[in-house]
Order: sequence, then C-alpha cells, then structure tokens
Amino acid sequence: MPAPRKPKLAVWKFASCDGCQLSLLDCEDELLAVAGAVDIANFPEASRAIVKGPYDVSLVEGSITTPHDEERIHSIRRSSRFLITIGACATAGGIQALRNFKDVREFTQIVYARPDYIETLNKSTPIKDHVSVDYEIRGCPVNKAHLVEVLNAFLRGRKPNMPNYSVCIECKRRGTVCVMVAGGTPCMGPVTQAGCGALCPAYNRGCFGCFGPKETPNTPALSAAWRELGVADQDVFRVYRTFNACAEPFQRESEAHEQ
Amino acid sequence: MSSKTIKVDILARVEGEGALYVKIKDRHVSDVKLKIYEPPRFFEAFLRGRKFDEVPDITARICGICPVAYQMSSCHAMEDAAGVRAGGQLRELRRLLYCGEWIESHALHIYMLHAPDFLGYEDGIQMAQKYPEVVRRGLHLKKIGNTIMKVVGGREVHPINVKVGGFYKAPTKRELLALEGDLEWALGAALETVRWAGSFSFPEFERDYEFVALRHPSEYPLNEGRIVSNKGLDIEVKDYDQHFVEEHLKHSNALHSTLKGRGSYLAGPMARYALNYELLSPAAKKAAASAGLGPVCSNPFQSIIVRAVEVVYACEEALRIVRNYETPDRASVTVEPRGSVGYGCTEAPRGLLYHRYRIDDHGMILDAKIVPPTSQNQKSIEEDLFRFVESHIDMPKEQLQWKCEQAIRNYDPCISCATHFLKLHLARE
Repeated sequence: MPAPRKPKLAVWKFASCDGCQLSLLDCEDELLAVAGAVDIANFPEASRAIVKGPYDVSLVEGSITTPHDEERIHSIRRSSRFLITIGACATAGGIQALRNFKDVREFTQIVYARPDYIETLNKSTPIKDHVSVDYEIRGCPVNKAHLVEVLNAFLRGRKPNMPNYSVCIECKRRGTVCVMVAGGTPCMGPVTQAGCGALCPAYNRGCFGCFGPKETPNTPALSAAWRELGVADQDVFRVYRTFNACAEPFQRESEAHEQ
Repeated sequence: MSSKTIKVDILARVEGEGALYVKIKDRHVSDVKLKIYEPPRFFEAFLRGRKFDEVPDITARICGICPVAYQMSSCHAMEDAAGVRAGGQLRELRRLLYCGEWIESHALHIYMLHAPDFLGYEDGIQMAQKYPEVVRRGLHLKKIGNTIMKVVGGREVHPINVKVGGFYKAPTKRELLALEGDLEWALGAALETVRWAGSFSFPEFERDYEFVALRHPSEYPLNEGRIVSNKGLDIEVKDYDQHFVEEHLKHSNALHSTLKGRGSYLAGPMARYALNYELLSPAAKKAAASAGLGPVCSNPFQSIIVRAVEVVYACEEALRIVRNYETPDRASVTVEPRGSVGYGCTEAPRGLLYHRYRIDDHGMILDAKIVPPTSQNQKSIEEDLFRFVESHIDMPKEQLQWKCEQAIRNYDPCISCATHFLKLHLARE
C-alpha cells in the first residue's frame, strides 16, 4: 500500500515584517517534526524549492497594500483548501494601516524622493477584506505555540483550542499582580485578546494590545478608568492607533478620542 | 549576437520580497538590477506625531528578524536627544540582548539559509535529511540565542522589555546565571560551526571593498562607537548625513545608500570583522585562523565563516555578561524629552543601522530617518553580481542563476528592513 500523501503547506507574505513566518522557523524543537508531517511546498523565506498548488493549508502573513497583491491574494485563495491568516497585519492591516487615516500621497513624499516610482494603495487592509478566511491567528507577532496548535487542528480536522478571553485572565493564571489596579499603570489587558501569556504586566508594564480586541471589549469603560489615572485623551487615542488600529473596536475607540 | 537574461522572480531564503535581473549581451554583463518589490510601509511618515517613548516598539515592527537592532538604535537616538546615558548593568543588559539577536539571526542564516547553497540543497530541511545532527545543532544554537531574547526581552520576536532609558524590568542575577550552561554548550557549537563552514568550497572571488562599521576603543561593536572605514572614514554618528546619501532608483522600493563622492560600501559581518579584528577574543581569532581567515576577509562567499566567528564572539560575550551581572537598583534611567535632534547607530546582525529623530519639547516626533543595512548594501550586492557573472560568463544558466542567488544571500539581505527583496532574472540577449 502506498504511504498516504503528506498535506501540502504553503506560506505567503504580503506587507509585513516577516516576524510571524519567522515564528514558524523559531519552533526549533518542532520544526523538523512539522517538516516530517507536512510537505512544505511553498515557503520562500526558507526554501528555493517551490511545489505547485493546490495546497492543503496556506498561512498568510501581511496586509494588502499594492494593486498587485490585491490580485495575488485571490489566486492564493483559489489554490488553498484552508487559508489561515497569521498576525496583526493579515488580520487587521497592521501598523502600516496607520496610512488609512492619512493621505498616502503625502506619506510617499515624506519617505521617497520619487513618489512616481512607488505603487501603493491608499489603504492597508486585512486579508478578510479581500477573500474568505478560514481561521485568524492574532498577535504582533503570533505566539509560535498557536501556529503549531492551529496547524495541528486543521490537519486533524478538529477545532483549534485557542483563547478568546482577555489578557486579564492570563495575568490571574500567571499570578501577576494587576499593574493597573495595584500599580496605577494604564493597561489594555481588559480589552485585549489573550495569547501572549500576559507578558507585559509580568515585566511591570501595561499591555499595549498586540493581540487586538477580545470578543465584545468594553473600551469606553477602560478609557474612563484610564482618565482617572490621569491619561490624556490624545494618549488614549494613540494607544488604540498602533498595531491593530483598524480592528473595528479599537478604531472606534480611537475615533472617540480624536481631537 | 548572443544574449541572455538571468531572472529570479522570487528570491528565496532571504527575509522579504525581491527579484534579480541580469542581462548579458555579447558575452558581457549589460545590466544588473536587484529589484526590491517589498511593499512600502511608510514608517518614517507615520512616526511623525508619535511620542518618543513609543518609537522602540513601533520601529521593532520594521523587521521580525532583527527587532532588537531597531529598538537599540531608536533608544540610543532618544537618549542622545535628551542628553542621558544608560550605563553600568543596563548597558551590559543591552549588549546581552543584542548578543542573543546576533546568535539567533546568524545561526538561522548560516544553517537554514546560506549553508544549503554550499552543500547543494534547496533548503535546510532537505539538508537535514542528509545531515540531521548538523541541522539540529544549528537549530539548538538558534534556540539559545532566542532564549536570551526571551529572558532579557520577554519574547523572541518584538521583545517587550526594552524601553527608552533601559528596561521595564531588570532580570535577576539568578535568571541570567541559569543561561550559563546553555551558553557554554553554544560556545562549543559555535566553534564547531566555524570549522564546519571553513570546510566548504568557496568560489575564487575577492573585491576591494570599502568596509564601513562601528568601531569602539575597547570592545567589538554592538551598541556604540564611531563610524569608520578601511579607506579613511572616521566620524561621529551625528555626522552620518554629511557623509552618506540615499538615492531613490526606479527598480527598488528600498533607497540606495552610498558614501558621498565615493560610491558603494559594505556593511555587516565582513566589515565589522575587518575593522575590529584586534578586539575579537583569542578563541574567536584562533577559530577564524584555523578556518583559513586572515584579519581581513574580502571574499563575500566566506561571509558565512565570518558570521560563525561572530557567533563565537557573541557566546563568549554573553557568558562574560551573565557571569558578572549584578541586578541593578533601577531598571531604567529617567529620560526627559527636550526639543532637539537625536542620533543612534548600532550594529544589526546585517550591519550598520542608523536612526535620526527630531523631537519637540513635549517629546513628539517631528521627523524620522532610518537607514537599514540592506539598503546600504544594495549597491555592493549589484556590483558583486556584475563582477561575478562577468567572470563566469560561460557557466550554464541554471548553475549561474543559483550562484547569483547565493551571491545575494552572502549578504543575508533583509528586504523587509530595506523597504521599509528576491526573484532572479538572467537575460542573455
């Protein structure tokens, strides 16, 4: 009997820093096992060998910011059984979505001597604005354990075991004393999805929202609590306008504090 | 009339998106273009109006492979603007974190991205089928670099513990001493890596580069020093803009940086090594010599050995720091912003990373300039390719194409950074 065909994995990059796909290579202990279980068919950051689609699972990093990429994502969707986005760029547009609130022509002039050489869209948009997405892994960057868990789940046909509660729960589990209640440090933990293991509070700093909004976040209540700590409106505005600026609840809250 | 084109539409095993076009006409190279099509992300534009203390977290997102470099250059620039210095154990912790990034980034490049070219594999995973123990050694070395990043920085990609003025939380003496055993193993593995890389066969190819790197009087450069070259440049970081210019060429979304009136130069491990050889430890020098390197290496294909020598240095330096560390009373120094301009230049794994910020009295950024190593090396990469193809004009196309890709990977180019790169097109017309 022939050996069963190994599932084909592809990794695709759009506008991003490479950090989320690097997280796959950062699975130093699991990488060779993953490579044994799946056929890494397209992963240019790691290999010059490219196997044609279709692919069983495509991991997509980065946001859509150029006319060419706007087309490319459709052909990737067509050749992928499951399409999973990895990281804040692919799920919410990333830090580069800060252009969405400004005039991109002005941005191009600030950075480039010859803006006419630059081809870019006015907005940086998440993958789900262009094609259907089967699963989103949050984080700036993603947690590498989540990559392994979600790949495993899709390859075995089960639901990924992923958190949808807030960072606060992770702090409690970790036994970290609340930096906001006890220390007066503004923290986005109550409105941010868990997944990082509540890193920042464990390092004596407030969460700054890398993993994006949790389910039904009460951002106005958090902003009111921040105001009591003496945080100015413009600072509340900027904190929501960072790595997940275009995630809907964060965008709404930033707009409420725009001056 | 014979002509051909070498084209590689997606350059593999590099960080980011790029392509290469080489045109050959009548047995001579007529054009080389390293095309960087990584989409622009406009960091320097949206940094305007952000507060000085947000900048290290934001600029880290330029590159997932070398976030510490971005955090370090921006912290130093902000501290320069405010006229403060983070010394003592804070300075040591920064060096330790940077050693972690060098080990992690260099081990990834040596084992997973560059070595497969020398041994004829498409990638590190294929290579692992023939050399499982070697690849495991590389991955474990990389992991130890990442462990330093985790202990000092909080996580491997985009560490969260770095702040302007120092750190949010200083690790304890015990946490750092726990790294000692791993680092001792890593030092042994790094020495093995130098021997292994030294056993590869290298194309005969040398160039008379102008090497540019930081130089510090008493230590191999990471965070501080003067910007120097082997051809007479010796300046303070704040004078960078007077000596270097950035050009915007149509074929690249990354600006090309050159030395005014002099042209291309080379930044990165080969430059640091040539300009700071005497500051390497005896063990690192001995390893380099036994792998066939003199005090200057001018063959870019041998950069893989130089990177391995730097891993030896980084492991020894990390060991020195963890053994002598005392937990500081305060994890950071206070930084009060003032209206001024701040400059920061540190040695990213790929080379010099320059930041300049103009800040107002409230600490808000008025303008930002960031020059990553890959944009400094673009011109040098194109010149290497020109010379290499010219001297190997009769090589069969497929082999020539692979060698061209390898010549680019010599630089461990980080295209995500440079655009803030690679397909190969080889055309014989």
